[in-house]
Amino acid sequence: MSRRAVITGVGVVAPGGIGTKAYWKLLSEGRTATRNITHFDASPYRSRMAGEADFDPVREGLTPQEIRRLDRAAQFAVVAGREAMSDSGIEFDQLDPGRIGVSLGTAVGCTTSLEREFIVGSDRGKYWEVDQSYAVPHLYDYFTPSSMATELAWTVGAEGPVSVVSTGCTSGLDSVGYAAELIMEGSADVVVTGGTEAPLSPITVVCFDVIRASSTRNDDPATACRPFDKTRDGLVLGEGCAIIVLEELEHARARGAHIYGEIGGFASRCNAYHMTGLHPEGIEMSDAINIALKQARADATDVGYINAHGSGTKQNDLHETAAFKRSLGAHAYKTPVSGFKSMIGHSLGAIGSLEIVGSLLAFEQDLIPPTANLHEPDPECDLDYTPLVAREKKVNTVLTVGSGFGGFQSAMVLKKVEGAGR
Amino acid sequence: MTRAVVTGIGIASPNGLGPTAYWRATLHGEAAIRPITRFDSANYWAKIAGEVPGFEAGRHLQGRLLPQTDHMTRLTLVGTDWALRGAGVQPNDIPDTDIAVITAATAGGYEFGQRELQKLWHQGPEYVSAYQSFAWFYAVNTGQISIRHGTRGPGAVVVSEQAGGIDSIGHARRQLRKGVQLALTGGMDSSLCPWAWVAHQASGCLSRNNNPKRAYLPFDRDASGYVAGEGGAIMVVETPESAAGRPGTRIYGEIVGYASTFDSKMPSREPGLKRAAELALRDAGMDASEIDVVFADAAGIPELDKAEAEAIKGIFGPFGVPVTAPKTMTGRLFAGGGSLDVASAILSIYWSAIPPTINVENPVPEYEIDLVMNEARHGKVKAALVLGRGKGGFNSAMVVREYR
Repeated sequence: MSRRAVITGVGVVAPGGIGTKAYWKLLSEGRTATRNITHFDASPYRSRMAGEADFDPVREGLTPQEIRRLDRAAQFAVVAGREAMSDSGIEFDQLDPGRIGVSLGTAVGCTTSLEREFIVGSDRGKYWEVDQSYAVPHLYDYFTPSSMATELAWTVGAEGPVSVVSTGCTSGLDSVGYAAELIMEGSADVVVTGGTEAPLSPITVVCFDVIRASSTRNDDPATACRPFDKTRDGLVLGEGCAIIVLEELEHARARGAHIYGEIGGFASRCNAYHMTGLHPEGIEMSDAINIALKQARADATDVGYINAHGSGTKQNDLHETAAFKRSLGAHAYKTPVSGFKSMIGHSLGAIGSLEIVGSLLAFEQDLIPPTANLHEPDPECDLDYTPLVAREKKVNTVLTVGSGFGGFQSAMVLKKVEGAGR
Repeated sequence: MTRAVVTGIGIASPNGLGPTAYWRATLHGEAAIRPITRFDSANYWAKIAGEVPGFEAGRHLQGRLLPQTDHMTRLTLVGTDWALRGAGVQPNDIPDTDIAVITAATAGGYEFGQRELQKLWHQGPEYVSAYQSFAWFYAVNTGQISIRHGTRGPGAVVVSEQAGGIDSIGHARRQLRKGVQLALTGGMDSSLCPWAWVAHQASGCLSRNNNPKRAYLPFDRDASGYVAGEGGAIMVVETPESAAGRPGTRIYGEIVGYASTFDSKMPSREPGLKRAAELALRDAGMDASEIDVVFADAAGIPELDKAEAEAIKGIFGPFGVPVTAPKTMTGRLFAGGGSLDVASAILSIYWSAIPPTINVENPVPEYEIDLVMNEARHGKVKAALVLGRGKGGFNSAMVVREYR
């Protein structure tokens, strides 16, 4: 019998609230948590909004040394990791540490800390030869994002395979797909996975400004991200983290664990097209969907809900709508679709994992969170995007997708596991 | 089980561009650690590095690619071209969805990033490059390779510092097992700009000795840290059936075992390198006695050298296997280092020779390892074990073997 990877624990840091409960409350009520940026003075920039997490590291139990050492994204990962560990009910110190792995997604790593330290070392960009005497002790940890996987591995006591997976905006899906592969091939029994991102600093805001990918609806930040709406004008950045405990099915069953669902299938594709552009036909995303469905032994008609990428750009909306139709055919028109970025913004390498967790909670609650801010549907987007209000529906199979700079297209199929009640 | 063979090797190393020049230099023990030329090192305490000389990106890449790429991406794209050429892969030989691209990264396109950060903070947001959104980030090399060669199969990027160069190849083999025919994989790294240099110095791992011959001395009683370098290897790894589809394709060797582990924070726990090596051997279905050479991680830091020597001794016995570290010629190359070591191991098998470790004069006797010093050893190499560690606790091991 082949090995299967199931989710037995989740933890979240998200705009709108810390913890899985607050996250689900926001999603199920269809509220938005995007607002004017408060982390720094954003007045010089074109897009001045983001989904910010109200995260207080002291209140979340981090020690002074952790707070000093860790970039905000790594702090998120530790806090969400602890919630996921506790939620899973696994006694991590009773497991063989060599059978515990970590696979953490992030797109831009510790850029917030790096930018802060660059400003000091270069005296606000005055010197090309950055002054070595201003280097902080943990600068090398910011330099390479693998330090964040180290931190999460220490948190859970992992001594098995540990890595960061960094594929831009699909990192949060790809890291979990990678984790599932580690379990299925037998390299680990438990993999703590997910994605984390705290990208809200000027350099990241500016790099989306210069390519005009972000929304300029600065006077109405709460409704700025409008996927599938004809008034959309771009993405709204976000920050956050979701950590997932992935476990081999029999391992989970043997301890009577609560099982949220199974990673039925996962596939990624390169589009070989453009570093930031998308082809409107959505061929590669559709390929990824087809492979993920096949791995999950699911038919297109089994899909009860599609968790869209929904970044709030026109090219994305057309791209993924075409991909859903290409893969699901007529069934695409009967399947509710929704996009969480309308509520929490686009947290780059974390969002894929936040979307997985939201989709798993939809299983639990028989409730599909809506696409917020969708008042005037774009006629070119003619699927059922679940506007504004959550919808009650029993779902056994969810498709979640992601799309990112570099041409990455990923798809994951999540399935309910029968006989897995708490 | 699906097999994975190496048919193309693209190398950009401080001591040679391309597998032929690199291998000739490496067998002769040609040192390439020199005073830094890429930026003015006067204000930094570390003043030497392994720079790739004579690499003119404009001779290999279209002009439009230059403003949108960091130096490490240029090295990667050219290395990939060479690997594909060596493997004799022509466009349309293989369906585009059957080609995966899996690379390793450490810190992304840092020099590009520094330039844009400086523009933002010194000149203003309107001066920041339109390419900043992707040119520096960790995923860029996989994306750019895919676009350049029109590959539409799986794409991935792993980051586990120096161990990542091995992990990327392990993940590429996983993709072959999942059904793709061919993978472009490995790592090329470069972070030789002032802002990166300050971070390297902060790691606490760089040698403070600026004599190129005395700075990086793994397993030596005078070990004092390592020297940073740039470069790496991109390889074509494919199934034997795929290679057979192009008659005359040279098979350098086979990837037969891989594993990765992580070091606990608790000092009471044994470091994971030995376990990674044992798991990789088990994955290969091989006994330690079948290994003819170990390409060591060779941190050049006394505690880490000791731990690695103990791992090797624990598996092979005292002086039980030749151990070498050609990275003493180039410095440590981060995401590129693990991949270049795997390439070197494959070339060792192909050319029946073990390249030397240079500059080491006084190996610590208690380590009891058979370090291949100064001169290459010639003779049949059937199988090699490659070890890599990444700062923070990452351990990876790969077993490569002659193809038969």
